[in-house]
Amino acid sequence: MTEKGFQVTVIGSDKILTCQKDEPLLVALARQGYLKVPVGCRQGGCGVCKIRIVEGEFETGKMSVKHVSDAERKINYTLACKTFPKSDLAITTKI
Amino acid sequence: MAINGVLRPGFVQVRVLDMAESIIHYRDRIGLDVVSTGDDGRVYLKAYDEFDRHSIVLRECDEAGLDMMAFKVSNEACLDEYEEKLRTDGFEVAAIAAGEQPGVGRRISFVAPTGHRFDLYAEIELAANGPMTNNPDVCQQDPRGMKAIRFDHCLLYGGDVDGTKKVFEEILGFSTSEIVVDDDSGMIIALFLTCSNKAHDLALVRHEEDGKLHHVSFLVEDWTSLRDAADIMTRYDISRDIGPTRHGITRGQTIYFFDPSGNRNEVFSGGYAFYPDNPLRVWKASSVGKAIFYYERELNDRFMTVVT
Repeated sequence: MTEKGFQVTVIGSDKILTCQKDEPLLVALARQGYLKVPVGCRQGGCGVCKIRIVEGEFETGKMSVKHVSDAERKINYTLACKTFPKSDLAITTKI
Repeated sequence: MAINGVLRPGFVQVRVLDMAESIIHYRDRIGLDVVSTGDDGRVYLKAYDEFDRHSIVLRECDEAGLDMMAFKVSNEACLDEYEEKLRTDGFEVAAIAAGEQPGVGRRISFVAPTGHRFDLYAEIELAANGPMTNNPDVCQQDPRGMKAIRFDHCLLYGGDVDGTKKVFEEILGFSTSEIVVDDDSGMIIALFLTCSNKAHDLALVRHEEDGKLHHVSFLVEDWTSLRDAADIMTRYDISRDIGPTRHGITRGQTIYFFDPSGNRNEVFSGGYAFYPDNPLRVWKASSVGKAIFYYERELNDRFMTVVT
């Protein structure tokens, strides 16, 4: 983590994005104008910001199991609004 | 018009991901009172100006959304009549015993063609702290937070809106106040149903998936109350969808926002008085922006896609 926060790479995009410690990933993406991950309820309930973490450590808040099943969680599917990076991340929006 | 039969939206049971966060949201921010917590963990709440025991039921679950919306009817005979009509029309009607929710009498329950469960009941205890009736002040205690006056209505998303419209009009005696139709085919995309003098008590939007919740709405007093509610949303970093703005449909003034589980809420004021002899108001889909958000004149992406 640099002063600018954790680096977030979106697979297939050349944009270098950052996410602050304790900042929801979705908020960081929207703040930097990256709009391919839609902003929905921001609360883990509606599922529109579903992504997959390809590389890196992260924590999650509560999310609706309808949108991210237990099996999907094990292979790093998550909702960006409830995802908090703990290292630099590589993510994909192709799910 | 004399209101009888179905009187009003009585309560809604909503699934939440985290009860502690939800109580802060509904009690401290929206301003409801917690009435009780059931042995099964469900939490019962009411708004300050409601006579009945509760109007919002929260159930903790790993999935957000709507369990059921319930309407209060005039008397037990109405329940029998609706049960018979629903069965005659081919619906399965379940009997929910009195006491399944504290203070609520027996209910009948059916699943509408849009996949939503609706309950009907005639009896519910009066709240201990309902509105005053002797030389009544405007409230017994100072309202909190957004000062919600009552649970007002729901907007629900599902497939066969024509089917649910038919049940509510033909069996439950509702009127349709407004519709949004496809410009070419005339297919109904959205409709607004009322059992009362309000512009809507239940709204439906056609959607690919059944049984979805778009929002649970709370009445507030006026436009200034919406400003105050918006202040609270910013101060407490509540996830806001859109507003303050106005709906073309119903003419109500509104803010959409989300509870901590992603269920959309609305604070709503105003709207016209409806009478059952009013002509149907019709919006073409090409004007739907103005119909939903009168000032923006366009839908945001979330309106059609973000539901629980």
